[in-house]
Formats: sequence, C-alpha cells, structure tokens
Amino acid sequence: MGELAAFTILAAVTLLPAVVVVTSRNLVRAAMSLIPSFLGVTGLFVLLQAEFVAGIQILIYAGAIAVLILFVIMLTQGGTGTAVRQTNEQRVVGALAAAALTTALLALLLRTAWPLAAGALPRANVAAVGSAFLTTFVLAFEISSVVLLVSLVGALVIARREQ
Amino acid sequence: MVTSLAWLIPLFPFLAFWLILFFGRRLPGQGATVAIGAMLASAVLALVVFFRVLGGAVPLRSTLDWLVLGAQPLALGIQVDALGAVMLLVVTVVGSAIFIYSVGYMHGDPRYPRFFAYLSLFAASMLLLVLADNFLFLYVGWELVGLCSYLLIGFWFERPAAARASMKAFITTRIGDVFFFAGILLLFFTLGTLRFDQTFAAVQSGRLGGGGLLAAALLLFGGAVGKSAQVPLHVWLPDAMEGPTPVSALIHAATMVAAGVYMVARLFLLFAQTPEHTALTVVAWVGGISAFMAATIAVVQDDIKRVMAYSTISQLGYMFLGLGVLGYAAGVFHLMTHAFFKALLFLAAGSVIHAMGTNDMKQMGGLARVMPSTYWTMLIGGLALAGIFPFAGFWSKDEILTEAWRHSPPLFYLGLVTSFVTAFYVMRMMFYTFLGERRWAPAHGVWGQGHEAVHPHESPRVMTGPLWFLACGAALLGFLGAPFLGNPFGRFLHAGEETAATFDLRIALVSTAVALAGIGAAAALYRWRWLSPAAVRRAFQPFSTWAERKYYFDDVYQWTVVRGTVWTSRVLRVFDVYVVDGLVNLIGVALVALTRLYRVFDLYVVDGVVNLIGWVAKALGGALRVVQTGRAENYLLVIAIGVILLILGGLVR
Amino acid sequence: MTVGLNHYLAVSALLFGLGLYGILTRRNAVAILMGIELMLNAANINLVAFNRYVAPVALAGHVFALVIITLAACEAAVGLALVMAVYRNLETVHVDEINLLKW
Repeated sequence: MGELAAFTILAAVTLLPAVVVVTSRNLVRAAMSLIPSFLGVTGLFVLLQAEFVAGIQILIYAGAIAVLILFVIMLTQGGTGTAVRQTNEQRVVGALAAAALTTALLALLLRTAWPLAAGALPRANVAAVGSAFLTTFVLAFEISSVVLLVSLVGALVIARREQ
Repeated sequence: MVTSLAWLIPLFPFLAFWLILFFGRRLPGQGATVAIGAMLASAVLALVVFFRVLGGAVPLRSTLDWLVLGAQPLALGIQVDALGAVMLLVVTVVGSAIFIYSVGYMHGDPRYPRFFAYLSLFAASMLLLVLADNFLFLYVGWELVGLCSYLLIGFWFERPAAARASMKAFITTRIGDVFFFAGILLLFFTLGTLRFDQTFAAVQSGRLGGGGLLAAALLLFGGAVGKSAQVPLHVWLPDAMEGPTPVSALIHAATMVAAGVYMVARLFLLFAQTPEHTALTVVAWVGGISAFMAATIAVVQDDIKRVMAYSTISQLGYMFLGLGVLGYAAGVFHLMTHAFFKALLFLAAGSVIHAMGTNDMKQMGGLARVMPSTYWTMLIGGLALAGIFPFAGFWSKDEILTEAWRHSPPLFYLGLVTSFVTAFYVMRMMFYTFLGERRWAPAHGVWGQGHEAVHPHESPRVMTGPLWFLACGAALLGFLGAPFLGNPFGRFLHAGEETAATFDLRIALVSTAVALAGIGAAAALYRWRWLSPAAVRRAFQPFSTWAERKYYFDDVYQWTVVRGTVWTSRVLRVFDVYVVDGLVNLIGVALVALTRLYRVFDLYVVDGVVNLIGWVAKALGGALRVVQTGRAENYLLVIAIGVILLILGGLVR
Repeated sequence: MTVGLNHYLAVSALLFGLGLYGILTRRNAVAILMGIELMLNAANINLVAFNRYVAPVALAGHVFALVIITLAACEAAVGLALVMAVYRNLETVHVDEINLLKW
C-alpha cells in the first residue's frame, strides 16, 4: 500500500512538470520544470531498486543537463522568449499524433503478456553494476567513453567562436 | 636473328622522331643527342647486317602477312641484299656525319629540336625505302621522304622563297610520283603481286613482256625522274637549296635524290627484260642529257649552293647513264662515292656560308688561309667530283665511261664532255671561293664600300670533324672499285653473275686528261686570267645565254603549266560564278522558302509540344515541392504517424 | 494492489508522448532538446523497470540506462553547441527560420 502511494506521488511528480515543460510559453519556466520531472524519474529508479542509476540521474540530468539548457536559453534568446510564438503550425496535428501514439503504445505495452520472473535484485547492486560494466558490458563501456570524448571535442569545436 | 635486327634499323630514327617531337627541348642536347644516338645505333646495325651479307651471299628476308587478297595473303617485308646493304651503310654513315655537323650549323636556331625530329623521320623513311622487298613499302618510304623533303626545304618558312621552293619541290616530284604509282598499279594488276622477287620471276618467265613491260618500266622511271631531278622534272632541285645546308647535303645530294637511282637499280632486272633494252636506253639518254645540261648550267651559277645543286643533277644523270648502259655495278658504285663527296662538298659549302653569311661566290675569295680545314676537305671533294686519280670519283666515273664505251659510244662522248665541264665548274668554284683576292671587307679593313663587313672564321670542330670524316671517304672509297684490286665492290654487287666491263687503261687516261683539261681551263680563266670570262661567255653565244637561262625550262613551265593553270582557273571561275553559283543560289532561295514554311510548323506544333512537356513537368515538380519542406519537425510528424499505423496494424492483426 | 510492471510502462508511455508532443510542436531548438530529454527518460524508466520485473539478476537494464544517460549528456552538449553556433550565425534558434539550404 505504501509502495503504491509512493509510486502515485512520484508518477505525478514526473508527469505534471513534464506537461509544463512541453506547453509553457516561458522557456525558463519550462527548463526549470525539467528538474522536478527528472527528480521524479529518480524516485521511480529508487523505487525500482536502481540506486546507482538514480544517483547518476541526479548528477547528470538534474545537475548538468538542466543547467546547461538554462545557460543556452540565457545566451540565445535574450530573455525568456515569452514575446514570440513558441509553437509551430502543426500544433494540433502534432498533439493528435502524440496522443494517438501514446494510446497505441499504452495499448501495445499493456496488452502484451510479459514473461515476468519472480525474485529480487541483489541488495547492494552498485558493486554488481560496476563489475557488470567491466566484465560483460566492457565493450559498451569503452564505446560510450569514446563517444563521450568525441562529443566533448565536437562540442568545443562547434561552439567555439570563429577567429 | 640478323633479319630481326634489320627491322630495327629504321625503327631507331623513327622512335627518335616521336621522342623529339614530344619532348624536344627537355631532351639532352635539345634532342640532337637522341637523334645522333639513334642514327649511330642504326649505323652499327647496318654494319652488322652488311658483314652478314658479305659473309653469306643469300639475301636476308623477313616477311609478314599484310592482308589477305583473294586466295593468297599479301606477304610483305624487308630484304637486305648486296645493293640494300650498301645503301643502308651509305644512308646511316653519311647521315650520322651530317647529323653531327648539324649540331654546329643549326646552333641557335629557334626550331632546333624540330629540325632534328624531321631529320630523324627522314632517315627512318629512307631506311624503310631501302629495306623494302615490295612496291608498297618502297612507295610508302618514297612518299615519306618526299614529305620530309618538303618540310625541310621549307624549314625556314618565314622566307617566301623557301616556302615557294618547298611547294615547287613537292608538286614537281608529285608529278613523277603519279607515274610511279601508275607503274606499280600496272604491275600489280597484271601480275597480282607487290613483291620484287615474284615480279622478277613473273617477268623472266614471260608473263609480262613487250609493250606492257615497257610501259610499266617507263612509268616507274617517271617516278625516278621526278625524285632524282632529271630532265625535264629537274627544276625543283636548285630551288630546294633554300633549305638549311645539312638538308641539302643529306636529302638533296646524298640520299633522297639517289632514291630514283636506287629504285632503277633495285628493279634493274625488270628494266633489263624490256625488248632490246629499250627502257634502259631511255634511262641512259635521259641521264646523259641531264648530266650534260646541268653541268653547263652549273658553269654560269654564282650561288655556291646552286652550283652544287646543278652538279648533283649532273651526277645523278651520270648514274642513270651508267645504269642505262648495263653498268649496274658502275651506277651503284657512283651512287655511293657521290654520296660521300657530294655530302662533303655541301657541308664544306655550308661551312663557308656559315662563315660568310652569303651564298654569293663573287663576294668571297681568298678564304683558303682563313678556313684551312674547310679548304682542304672541299678540295678533296672537288677533285673527287672532277674525277682525278686517285680520289673516289675517278674510279666510279671511269667505270661508267668504260661501260658506255662498250655499249653506246655516243653516250661515251657525251659523258666525256660532261666530265670536262664538271672539272671546269668545280675548279671555277674553288678559285672563286678560296683563292684569289678577297672580295669581302674584313671587319676593320680599309676598303669596305658596298660590302658588308664580315668576320670569316673556321667553323667549330663539331662541323669540321664530319668534314674530315667524309673527306677520308671521298679520298679512299674509290679503291673498293679499283681494277688492280680486282674490283671487290663490283664482285660483291654481282655476286657471281655477269661481271662488269674490264678496265681499259686508254679510257682512264683519256678521262683523266679531259678532267685535267677542264681544271686547266678553269685555272686559265679564273686563276691566271689569260682570258676574261666575259669574253669567253660572248664567244660561246648563244650557248652561254641558254645555260644562264637554264635552257628556259623554268620559263617554259611558267608559260605553259603555271600560266595555263591560271588561265584555266579564270575560265573556270566564270563558269563557277555564273553557272555553279547560280545553281547554288537557286537551291538556296528554294530552301529559304521551304524553311519559312517549316518555321511556322516548328513554332506552333513542335515548340508547342515541347513547351507542354516542360509545363507538365514543372507543375508536377511544383506540387511535389510542397512535400519537401526541409524541416525536421514535419518529417518527424510523418514518422510518428507511420509508427502509429504500424502499431495499429500489429494490434489489429 | 501492488505496483507492477504495467504501472511503470504506463508512466513511461505518457512521458514519451509528452516528449513527442514537445518535439513536434516547439519552434525553439532548445525546447525541442528538452522534449528529447523527456523521451530518453521515458526509455530509461522502461529499461530499469524491465530489469526489475523480467530479469532481476542480470543488471543489463541498469547498464544500458547508464549508457543512455551518457549518450544523453553527449547529445545535450553537442546539440546545444550546435544551437549556439546557429544562433551566432543566423541570429535565431527557431528551427522553421533556419532554411538556408532550402530552395
């Protein structure tokens, strides 16, 4: 019962700010709303016993990406952007398409009989995730590190002011 | 093996030609080194082939199937017999000497590499001509040397005289070539073969004889008359002296003009089979008349190169005379010795011209002290030409006269007179040029009015070297035909067949005496001045005027051929203007009317269809253009709709 | 009623739909990036939830969620750098006004 209450609260914390993110005319408000949404997802991760992923979610999403987005908003538009139209001409069609796709996804996901397995995750799974990264998934680990390096250099080169 | 080597002989200069043509200035020595190297390589190969022929008397042959006509393939190729081997040596050795000489003579010319390219092409063509074992190759080489001659006479084409001379040479020899070609066709259609050996076999077996054979032989000889500048087609050779002097030496004295003689010698069997030697008699008389006429014209020339040119015509006439009186070996022997001493004379004359900057002998004199090398080598060449013992010309000329005495006394006397005139004009040239008082102004001299100041000097060693080399040839080669050595040259050529006329001491003595008389006469007039040349000239009227006017050949051609052509052209022009042009204009007017009609059709029907197609394509494109927005959101929306449809499809199923 | 897989999948699908709506309708490139982040979060929820309920022992879902977070960071960095570059050259971040290549 307590788990269901926690889930409901966390789902609301995730989805309601997300609505603000995609609808608000004020870009700063939208960006700020990203943070509670990310935190809600973090809570869901904790509820799913993924503590390490939850920690990273806070560090990267709520910390880094949200702040980065705020900075870019400040650097580009020269304000919050409330003065100009924020949506394009396919708003209605886009809303219908998004709703339809959500409905379809819900139908698809909920009607599928997933092969559920009983059991629980190991209690201290941070160490397990770490060793999985360096054994079974070492290739993914290495590739993501290379991608990280390339995007670091690429972002620098692209954003640099031309001499 | 050796026969394959023979294929290489013309190939070397041919490759050199293309190399120089494409990479001229970037090659070592601006291409001269390449040309000389190729020529020397050919000379070495020619030597190898020569000794091979000398060792085994069998002619070397190498044939390949050219094309299949009817039943049997046309097998064409090359052959080297004694005659061919001698010609190969003459062309390559004299050619090498002249190539080397040209390095000095052409120094500083703006088209220097091109000169060597043309020379190389000429050498390749001439060698092909010599090597041919059939009429086709012979004709190809024949025309190619004609082309090279044209290119090289007109080498300094900025000078109108040179351009005109090259045209004249080309057109005049072309008249002979037409006869030559007609002769080849006649033989081919009657005998069905182009190869020499098969032709000879057919002629000897009597498949072609009498009038047909005589016609063929005379037609072929027509080509020789054009190429070897015999009367009446001799007029081009003196004008050809507008070319650079090495060209005159190589092409218009030593080798190309000898091609006619070579051709008659090569086809000697064919000529000899004509009934009662008619063709050979014609050859002999044309040669004899040419020899005499050209020699007399040479006497009155003041241009040093023109003296040489008429001398060449005269000597070629001698060769034909020799061949015509059945002196096969004598004619070919004279061809060889003449190649050496005439090339030498030309190169020496070139050396003089190089030093003096003029061709006019009257503005020379006293050059012996200034240019000793040129003087001594030219003297050797001159004595060889005059036929003085023991130089080369003596032996060959003597052989010809001996043959003439045996077969045709009138021609013997004609030759003897020519011999006198020859000695006379060559010594006149020597006295004018090298001895006597100086008729030119030294650079800082006291008397110089009316004369340009010149600095005569000996030519560089690259020019005197070939001179001395050729002088050795002119002095010594005669002994190859010396009777007291058994005439090795004649035996080599005949290879066991009928031998040449035996040596006759009386004829040798008479011809030497006549030549000495000619020299004495020249000395009397131009050295000791016992008589004034002008007085002698008056005494010999009207012959001297004839000689000065070159027996009116040029004038006759001017009045008949040139004026005739112009007059015919005028008549044809009238026809052209009124009849042909009228017809053409009528057709034009009709066409314009038709075209107007067609234009309407074109404008409304054809253009309409074309425009319709264009318009449809444009409208379609405009419609489709809307879809292609270039904006990611639109595409993403379409993708999303697509995914929805996919999911729906999956759910429904 | 206990919380099951379907609850998480529903939240994830809704979050995905919201992100898609943002991408389809926003003009501002930064706002579009925010929508993308939401969709990536939805995917992460799915991965972790499947890991929890379908294969509790393997931890592969966690690993891929982490990889996706890494890629999201890369994407945000490069994407925002591109936005900066575009803004500097064209004075706009509205994607419907960026049409230099369009005829």
